[in-house]
Amino acid sequence: MKKIFENDGLKKLILLILIFGIVQLLITTGIISPYLQETLVTLCINIILAVSLNLITGFTGQLSLGHAGFMSIGAYTCALITLNMPTTTGFILGVLAGAVTAALFGFLVGLPTLRLKGDYLAIATLGMAEIIKVIFINLDSITNGAAGLNNIPQFVTWPWMFLFTAGTILIITNLLNSSHGRACISIREDEIASEAMGINTTKYKVAAFTIGAFFAGIAGALYASNFYFIEPNQFGFLKSIDVLVIVVFGGMGSISGSVIAATALAVISTLLQSFSEVRMILYAVLLVIIMIFRPQGLMGSKELSLSVLGRLGNSDSKKGRV
Amino acid sequence: MEQFLQQIINGISLGSIYALIALGYTMVYGIINLINFAHGDVYMIGAYIGYYCMTFLKLGFLPSLVIAMVICTLLGIAIEKIAYKPLRNSPRIAVLITAIGVSLFIEYATMFIVSANVRSYPQITEGLLAQSFKVGNITITAQQVIILVVTVILMVLLQFIVKKTRIGKAMRAVSLDKDAAELMGINVNTTISFTFALGSALAGAAGVLVGLYYSSINPFMGVMPGLKAFVAAVFGGIGIIPGAMVGGYCIGMVEVLVSGYGNSKFRDAVVFAILILILIVKPAGLFGKNTREKV
Amino acid sequence: MKKVLSLTLVLVLISTLFAGCSGAANSNEIRIGINYELTGKIATYGQSSVEGIELALEQINAAGGVNGKLIKATKYDNKSDNAEATTLTTKLITKDKVITVLGPATSGAFKSTIPVAIKNKVPVISGSATADDVTVDKNGVKEYAFRICFNDSYQGTAMANFALNNLSKKKAVVIMDSSSDYGKGLAENFVTTFIAGGGEVVAQEAYVAGDKDFNAIITKIKDKDFDVIFIPGYYEEAGLIIKQARTQGIDVPILGADGFDSPVLLELAGPEALNNVYYSNHYSSLDQDPKVVKFIQDFKAKYNKEPDAFAALGYDLAMFAVDAISRAKELTGPAVKEALEATENFEGITGSFSVDEFHNPVKAIVVIGLENGVPATSIKAGQ
Repeated sequence: MKKIFENDGLKKLILLILIFGIVQLLITTGIISPYLQETLVTLCINIILAVSLNLITGFTGQLSLGHAGFMSIGAYTCALITLNMPTTTGFILGVLAGAVTAALFGFLVGLPTLRLKGDYLAIATLGMAEIIKVIFINLDSITNGAAGLNNIPQFVTWPWMFLFTAGTILIITNLLNSSHGRACISIREDEIASEAMGINTTKYKVAAFTIGAFFAGIAGALYASNFYFIEPNQFGFLKSIDVLVIVVFGGMGSISGSVIAATALAVISTLLQSFSEVRMILYAVLLVIIMIFRPQGLMGSKELSLSVLGRLGNSDSKKGRV
Repeated sequence: MEQFLQQIINGISLGSIYALIALGYTMVYGIINLINFAHGDVYMIGAYIGYYCMTFLKLGFLPSLVIAMVICTLLGIAIEKIAYKPLRNSPRIAVLITAIGVSLFIEYATMFIVSANVRSYPQITEGLLAQSFKVGNITITAQQVIILVVTVILMVLLQFIVKKTRIGKAMRAVSLDKDAAELMGINVNTTISFTFALGSALAGAAGVLVGLYYSSINPFMGVMPGLKAFVAAVFGGIGIIPGAMVGGYCIGMVEVLVSGYGNSKFRDAVVFAILILILIVKPAGLFGKNTREKV
Repeated sequence: MKKVLSLTLVLVLISTLFAGCSGAANSNEIRIGINYELTGKIATYGQSSVEGIELALEQINAAGGVNGKLIKATKYDNKSDNAEATTLTTKLITKDKVITVLGPATSGAFKSTIPVAIKNKVPVISGSATADDVTVDKNGVKEYAFRICFNDSYQGTAMANFALNNLSKKKAVVIMDSSSDYGKGLAENFVTTFIAGGGEVVAQEAYVAGDKDFNAIITKIKDKDFDVIFIPGYYEEAGLIIKQARTQGIDVPILGADGFDSPVLLELAGPEALNNVYYSNHYSSLDQDPKVVKFIQDFKAKYNKEPDAFAALGYDLAMFAVDAISRAKELTGPAVKEALEATENFEGITGSFSVDEFHNPVKAIVVIGLENGVPATSIKAGQ
């Protein structure tokens, strides 16, 4: 028994199956109502967005304010495909095509702009997202302009959602634990030093940007396949900001932080729903307070791993032996 | 030709507004390296204060302008003291998120208090402000002239403060090296507060001018001009005061020319595309000096 | 093993926290949902609509409710976000167990809620979603979606005919709000009809919601040869366009649609600019209909301001929904839907109307002409 559990990969797998199974069970028994399922979908999409932005901003250190732009590319690509091919194959194709198109854009945009640093890069990515939005508004014949795409078939179910969310987290975590990931982190810590150590910084920055865009494209595709309707104005500046807030709130450079922050913000937002008029005011105040008292975010750059959980569990049950 | 001149006049009045807001952005950025997202909202508050002064207190243009500038100054100092000062030594991105939080707070609190409805400044039908001059086929309104005059006066004043006064010297010192400035006996906190005060006063003035010129104000009016003004600041080289002025006028002019001679649908896209191009060619902005990184 | 167990426990706890609170239905009340843009970009439309709705519900409940039962409305704010609109309609229907949902205000947000309505068999009704494909698409009518406003093609066509026939104008400039489906839909239909009727569209310009400076566009069109301007958009920008156009010396007739109907238009443009301005609307304050007069009085008494088109439509929306609920055989979604479909000659303040087979209201359109900012003429216009 003990030996099996020392295998980290297996532990993760069991944990994932458990989460999936429990939620699935709660859905079938009706404890998770359709309304909470919608919230769950939004939560999963936010997790994918935040984790992928964390790769760009938190781990590689490149501040991007244009994540919603990539998301919109994924959403539009997938919607256009599923509208013409309303089958599960079409959906899978749509998600993949959305992700690949977004990645392609990420690559094309990243190549010239990633020479910029800090706030200059931030403003350039922001401009890029605005340009994408204007193009979607004016490509009337394809995107139906400001009126948006209507009647997009809904394919997203909990198993799909789980598959994509867990997949995103696993792939990005594994990437970060590889030598490529270490290279990205070294760029965040000190670009010049890492270049001196022989790391091709441009290559890794563009790679991180492209991969981040890829997963943002997936998030967009899932969004389109769940909410029936998309229009360019949904993917504005504020959407990018929302994602950045999750990343910073959870901790730059902490995947589990992003997941926890996305969940926490979803819970806060749900709880505040009854205070319709003041909820955004409370949200803003909360944001400022959290940042003042915990500027490094909930997790800093630490990860919540199974061993940490285990330690927590042990210290709870065997107090005094710590 | 006449049409072109008219468009230039349109561009100058639009650019003045961007320039006024951009100045505040650039000063704050220059001194604490923070994109102060709440700046556009201070501008919005300025517009509302001007509205209440003119509609309910029946004050004239100049007193309203001064009151709005004073209240915005206080607001700017308060924002800095409450939200940014505790984060002086935190990662910059945390301050950025705080700035976004403050911005959302001001917008939604304003919306809660005065509702989301569009308000309009009282129509000015008589007196100097209602005049318009015609030169051939070109129309210049008195309000356009006033915007330009007020903007130029405030810019000259600002340049004077920064270049010629003690506090201005302190501002420049803090922006160059905060720690060294502190060692030289400069009160860094006061200097930063003063910078916020100055920037917010300019934003407040811009708010009243916009209210007067376009007569329409609402709680979200600061978002897009704020963003564009920031683009203007980056365009001119962020942290550089003449850069922000030139940037503001350039953005105003580009917008007007795209609408006037190209396709108005692509106006915002062109502005941002030019920005990206400039940044790629000259990453520190039009007036910025490329700093060499030392290892 | 303990770890896994404790983790499971935590998860279960969290989920029960979520699931705990669904209220029991009270048989003495009828639940309806309100899902509107109370904050965010287009809060001004949502807030106006809800003011109208709440005034209507207050009056209904003060008069004893419907068939002895009081109306209980649950109100949520969708933050002007379409995904949030979908989620909230789901919440209203599945958790709050409402039998009708009012809103959202814009076509986009409303469209995002329709599939939820169809899936759960509960009608959704909008007071202001004007896009043509809101209630009907290539697969036919959307069973559970209704609206009480004109659609874009109806208004766009009416205004093009008005320009051609009543004003005898042949050369038009269109300045449209390219950021909303409303502006886009109106512009398309106006242009098609205008050209088909022998007119010519000299220029088509565009702006985005929130713009304040239209001088560049106006300077550009000033020297062109045209005799009428059509502005498909809302009063916030239209007021400024009219003012700036008049300042630059353009005095041709300016046309618009029901997006012009707000007291703010006059405040923004000023009385001098608002001459020779015509817009289509649901009702005219000139016709002294006692219902309209009373509504304006009541609205002023409650909110201390003039109602705009959104408020008037909101008021009618609530009245329309309650009318159907009172006629429904039982208090379920499908029954209310049938009652909505059977509505005939509903007497609203935005006109009396019946519901057609495509779930659109059949109502007359009035073209209002402004003189010094005040309605001076009103002409009934056909299709």
